[in-house]
Amino acid sequence: MTEAWGIGPAAGAGAAGSADTGTHDGTGGGAAAGATAVYLYGVARDLDPAALTGLAGVSGAPVRALHAGGLTALVSTVALAEYGEQALRANLEDLDWLEATARAHHDVVGHAARAAATAPVRIATLYRDDDRVAALLAARHDDFSAMLDTIAGRSEWGVKVYAYPEALKPDPEPPAAPADAGGAAGTGGGVGTAYLRRRQQQRRSREDATRRVAAQAQAIHNELAPLAVAARQHPPQDPRLSGHPGVPILNVAYLLEDDQAAGFTGLATAIGDRTPGLGVEVTGPWPPYSFIDTADPGGSGGGGGGGGDRA
Amino acid sequence: MSVAWDHGGWDARPGPPTERVALVDLLDRLLAGGVVITGDLVISIAEIDLVHVSLRALVTAVRDAVAEQEPATAGLVGEEDLS
Repeated sequence: MTEAWGIGPAAGAGAAGSADTGTHDGTGGGAAAGATAVYLYGVARDLDPAALTGLAGVSGAPVRALHAGGLTALVSTVALAEYGEQALRANLEDLDWLEATARAHHDVVGHAARAAATAPVRIATLYRDDDRVAALLAARHDDFSAMLDTIAGRSEWGVKVYAYPEALKPDPEPPAAPADAGGAAGTGGGVGTAYLRRRQQQRRSREDATRRVAAQAQAIHNELAPLAVAARQHPPQDPRLSGHPGVPILNVAYLLEDDQAAGFTGLATAIGDRTPGLGVEVTGPWPPYSFIDTADPGGSGGGGGGGGDRA
Repeated sequence: MSVAWDHGGWDARPGPPTERVALVDLLDRLLAGGVVITGDLVISIAEIDLVHVSLRALVTAVRDAVAEQEPATAGLVGEEDLS
């Protein structure tokens, strides 16, 4: 099965790039010293190998290309001391490690995606050796080909919409009575009733504002969606993670034909400009992370499952 | 109103320095996107679900930590959480 494979430089033999590895040689930890695994970033089609020249992946490891049948698997050799089960479990809880790994993964996928249609593989997918990756490409050749057909010539763009406080402000309400003004009412019951009524009114106003803003978000999506091949909703981002002062009301990824991108971003900009109280952020182009149909039903529920009710 | 441009990182066009991709945007995609393949069983964490759960646990932990400081304002569209 593997005779058709043109395997890249042997694992660990990427002499030029290994100087970048730096931190992990010799720090065996629990795993056998020198034991390695193969990290898979993604699968590309008709990829010019030059696109990967000098590219460093996770842990600074050089990126190699495994070719077969027009498909190219992008891989790096990594140390089990860092990517073995125990180490990985701990490392995934380390935000700095996670960020570095995510960025490296993204960098590799992005380089490939810029040069050729590339299907990203989920982060931290590991194989025993190159032959196992080769077997995967052979076994899933048709699946990968179908995926690549879907994303070729297309890119992902992200649109996030935030509501600023003025957009969420409830309708003007009667000024709250000062605390001691309750004395004028004469009875404690009257004060309590008024208080409850005011609270109820505030809650209703908030709900109204929420509904209004949600409707605006839906309208924005409805306006953008026709320009896209597909859309997928991501969960709203926690403001403390995103660092954005507004309340997130929309976080959608759109798959666009490359020649639609300019029109799409122009429209998003125009929507932001004409909608007071809302902020529109566009990111992209991204490799089509959000538009890979995952084969694992258990793995598909985390992100955009809510998209169906809005598309 | 405002439109922020933040290149997805692979459009390394020359010119003005592109803002670094926000980690939160990246994790949106890397946690929920990409081909899910079960890696070799020799590394059992390569069972993607486990990795997936682990990553989400981390993000959830961050969210919980910040939620203690200030009640998070729930998203208005798509109530689904990362959990």
